[in-house]
Parts: sequence; C-alpha cells; structure tokens
Amino acid sequence: MKGKLAALALASPLALLLGVFLVVPIGTIVVVSFFDYDSVRIIPDFVWTNYDELLFSPITWKTYLQTLKFAAITWAICLLVGFTVAYFLAFHVASPMMQTVLFLVCTIPFWTSNIIRMISWIPFLGRNGLLNQALMSVGAIDQPLEFLLFSDFAVVLAYVHLYALFMVVPIFNSMVRIDRALVEAARDAGAGEWQVLRHVIIPLARPGIAIGSILVVAVVMGDFVTVRLMSGGQSASVGLMMVNAMSLLQYPAAAANAVVLLIVVLLMIAAMLRIVDIRKEL
Amino acid sequence: MQTRARSRGFWPLAAFFGLFVAFLYGPTVTIVVLSFQGPEGGLTFPMRGVSTRWFENLFETQMVGDFGGSFLRSMTLGAIVTVVTVVVSFMAGLAFRRRFPGSTALFYLAVASLIVPSVLVSLGIGLMFRLAGLDPAWWSSGLGAHLTWTLPFGLLIMFAVFNRFSPAYEEAARDLGASPWQTIRHVVVPILLPSLIGVGLFGFTLSYDEFARSLYTAGTFNTLPLEIYGMTTNVTTPVLYALGTVTTGVSFLVIAAALGGVMLLRRRRGGG
Repeated sequence: MKGKLAALALASPLALLLGVFLVVPIGTIVVVSFFDYDSVRIIPDFVWTNYDELLFSPITWKTYLQTLKFAAITWAICLLVGFTVAYFLAFHVASPMMQTVLFLVCTIPFWTSNIIRMISWIPFLGRNGLLNQALMSVGAIDQPLEFLLFSDFAVVLAYVHLYALFMVVPIFNSMVRIDRALVEAARDAGAGEWQVLRHVIIPLARPGIAIGSILVVAVVMGDFVTVRLMSGGQSASVGLMMVNAMSLLQYPAAAANAVVLLIVVLLMIAAMLRIVDIRKEL
Repeated sequence: MQTRARSRGFWPLAAFFGLFVAFLYGPTVTIVVLSFQGPEGGLTFPMRGVSTRWFENLFETQMVGDFGGSFLRSMTLGAIVTVVTVVVSFMAGLAFRRRFPGSTALFYLAVASLIVPSVLVSLGIGLMFRLAGLDPAWWSSGLGAHLTWTLPFGLLIMFAVFNRFSPAYEEAARDLGASPWQTIRHVVVPILLPSLIGVGLFGFTLSYDEFARSLYTAGTFNTLPLEIYGMTTNVTTPVLYALGTVTTGVSFLVIAAALGGVMLLRRRRGGG
C-alpha cells in the first residue's frame, strides 16, 4: 500500500505535465473546432461549419491524399534503408565496441537541427548544385535538372534523410535481442543467408519494424516544415494547411483540421499496433 | 564470440552502410565548407575565396535578426528542459517498476505524446493560453511544449534502463540500514548516472532544435530554430550556412560532452 502511494507520488509530475500540456491542449483544440469565427476574432459557439467546410472541400481530400502519398513513399524507403542498416549493424559487425561506435555515428545527426539539415541540401540539389554540376560534367545531361530542389522528390529525400533513423533504432533494438543460437540452428539445418533473413530474422524483427513504421508515419503525417522548405511552396500537406489557416487567424478552421488529422493518425497507428504490443518490447 | 570468415553479404552491406553515412553527413559537411565562402560567393559552389565574413555577419544584429538573443533563449530553455526531463523521467521510471492505479493510462499517454503531431501540440497549447488570457512565452508555454516531446523519450529510456537494473543493489542498501532516500541518492543514482546523462542529452538536443512545438508557444521572442526558419525565407547569402555551422557545432559540443562524460564514468568504474 505504502509502495503504491510512493509510486503514485513519483509518477505525478509526469502525469501533471502531460495532463496540462497534452491532454488539456488537445481538449482545447476539440472545443475550439466547434467555435465560430470572423475575420478578427473567434466566437465561442457550437457549430459544425468548420467540419462542413473542411470535409466537403476537394482541396482537403487532395491534400490528405498527397500527405498519405508522402507518408507511404517515405515509409517504404525508410523501411528498406533502415532495415538494411540495422541488419548490417546487428549481424555483420562482430565487435560490440564497433557496433556501438557505428550505431552512434547513425544517431548523432538526430541530435542536430532538422531545419539546418534541410537547408544543407541546397548546395547539393540546387540548379547550380553539386549534383547538376557533376551530371553535366560527365555529359549525362546538358541542362541542369530543375526537379531536384523544390519538388516532391526533394521533400521525400529530406524525409528519408531526417527520419530513416526512426526505423534504424527500433529494428536494431529488436535484432540484437534475437538469440544467435536460432541463426546458427537455421544455418546448421542448411539455410542460406537469404533464408535465414527471410524465415528467422524478419519475423523476429517485426516489433522493431512496427515501432519504426509508427514513428515514421506519425512524423510525416504531421509535418509542414519539410514540405514548405523542400517543395518551395509547390506542394501541400495537412500540417501546412493548418499552419496556413492559423496565419489567417482562422483558429477554429485549423482546429477542426487538427482534430481530423489526429483521428486519421490514430487510426493508422491503431492498425499498425495490431501487429505488436509495444510495451512488451522495451 | 568465435571468429569466422566474413559472409558473402558483408561487403555489399558495408558499402550500403558507408553510403548511408555519407548521405547522413555529406550535406552538413558541404554547408560547413560553404559557410567559409568568400565575400563574393553565393549559396552554391564554387568557393570564391575563403573568409569568415559570414560568421561576422551573424553577430551584426541588424543583418539577420536577433541571433544572439534567440541563441541565449534556446540555450536557457534547453538547460531547463534537460533538468526537468532528467528529474521527472527518473521519478516516473522508479514509479513504473510497480503497477499503480493509472499506470497503464499514463504509459499510453506518454506514448501518445510522442505520436501526436508536433504542430498539433503547438497549436493546442497556443490556443489554450489564448483562451486562458495568458501570453505565450518561451519559458512557460514553450517549456511545456518541449517537455511533451522530451519526457516520453526520457521515460522510454528509463524503462529500458530499469528493465536491466537489478533490485539486489537496493535490497543490499536497505539491509545495511539505508533509508529510501539514501538508497536512491547513494546507490541508484550513481549506478544509473550514465543513463541519466543520456536522458539529459535527449532533453537538451531535442529542445534546442525544436521548431514545430515552438511555433505557437514561444510568444514574442523567438527561439533559435524559429529564427533560423525565418531566415530561410528571406536570407539568400551564406550567412545562413554560417548559422548552420554554429548551431551544428553547438550540438556536436553538447553530444561530445555527454558521450565524454559517460565514457569517463565507465572508465572510472574500471571496466565494470
């Protein structure tokens, strides 16, 4: 009994902070999404017009589709890259010391500024950037490629650059916990490297894959900075739509969009969670 | 571990890994080089001479907004976030070793905090302050917004740490007559110190670089990422890269200090 009280007391700061800065704000968004507004202020009310305008606008559907497309492409590439990197680290780097060092090498960029990392693509992808210069000097193209920077291509590239790590870490974490005896047993039973990968490692790495997928999909679905910076204003995302509504002071419209986005993201995650119980994996 | 011949897959995979690392670091290296661009140079290669002009430019307030002030605010906010994240995550980590009423709900709340899009948290806190008639400021609403991002990371790290932490140490301390507080202060904290430094590293760097969660919560005065974002739309000189070099440099210093601290602690324990 005393232990339970102590645990409650120890957990209370976390509960309080998340309550005040997560639960109440989301509640506020839900409330405000039913408010009315005009060009200068928001009017406390209970109207469905914000949802009406949102859900019956073709722009909304187009934007959601576009965002889902970004999420799907980014997810697929991150999964491929993240899995390969994690597999190399977990199964092909023999010394634990080297494993830690290489893992840190992958992690360090995560601790630096995302915006700076996006900007740093300009000298690479720009019209006079390194890639165009290189391609032109070898004669592969005779005019600079325009689609490299400020395009959907650049957006996806930046997503993979920023978020591939979200896939590497959980998959690596799942992989290092795979009992090496299982791999040995499969080899002794005559399995080749591919078969071991396909029938032993991938099934056992599934929780990591699920967690990585959830993280990548969640960040891409809510993103607006990358889309704005890397598409040069030529592409849209749900997050960007919200931010634009906010800058026009249409808070209730932004709030309604936020509620819809939250529901969509939660549904996607609930679907992915059916594959794995994350609490068991920590 | 036995040594065995490298499997056929090793070299292709190693090459892939090498490319991945080049992909991660290449662009950053480029802007570091370009931030030393000569006075006539532009945003792309070639370099037109070498100079530190763009760094000097950075500290002339009128040129690029309020770099000094926003830098100071971000450092201060990062420091506060670090302390709160370490203390609160550690306490919650201790609590979660047993079930308590609401433990499952709190766990899922923390996970939700990680998954709910940042811009939504930012918008929500901004609206909440507005409705409450309070002015958002980086040290109030901004701090709260950052904590919703750093605390879940801290908690998950503490989960992983406590799963591998033997309660035998605490039992021994208790048997020797230590009070609960003494047990934590002289046994648990020293043993877990490297992990706590890790939590602090997450707290500082995530806060120092956070943009979306600061957007509607920072109030009148910008934090550094907001300032940088503003610059991306209206600055077309390498001063942008100089700023990138400085910020990334600060991040690297913090990371190096944290990792150095962890290694020092490990060594002091004599390979334990």
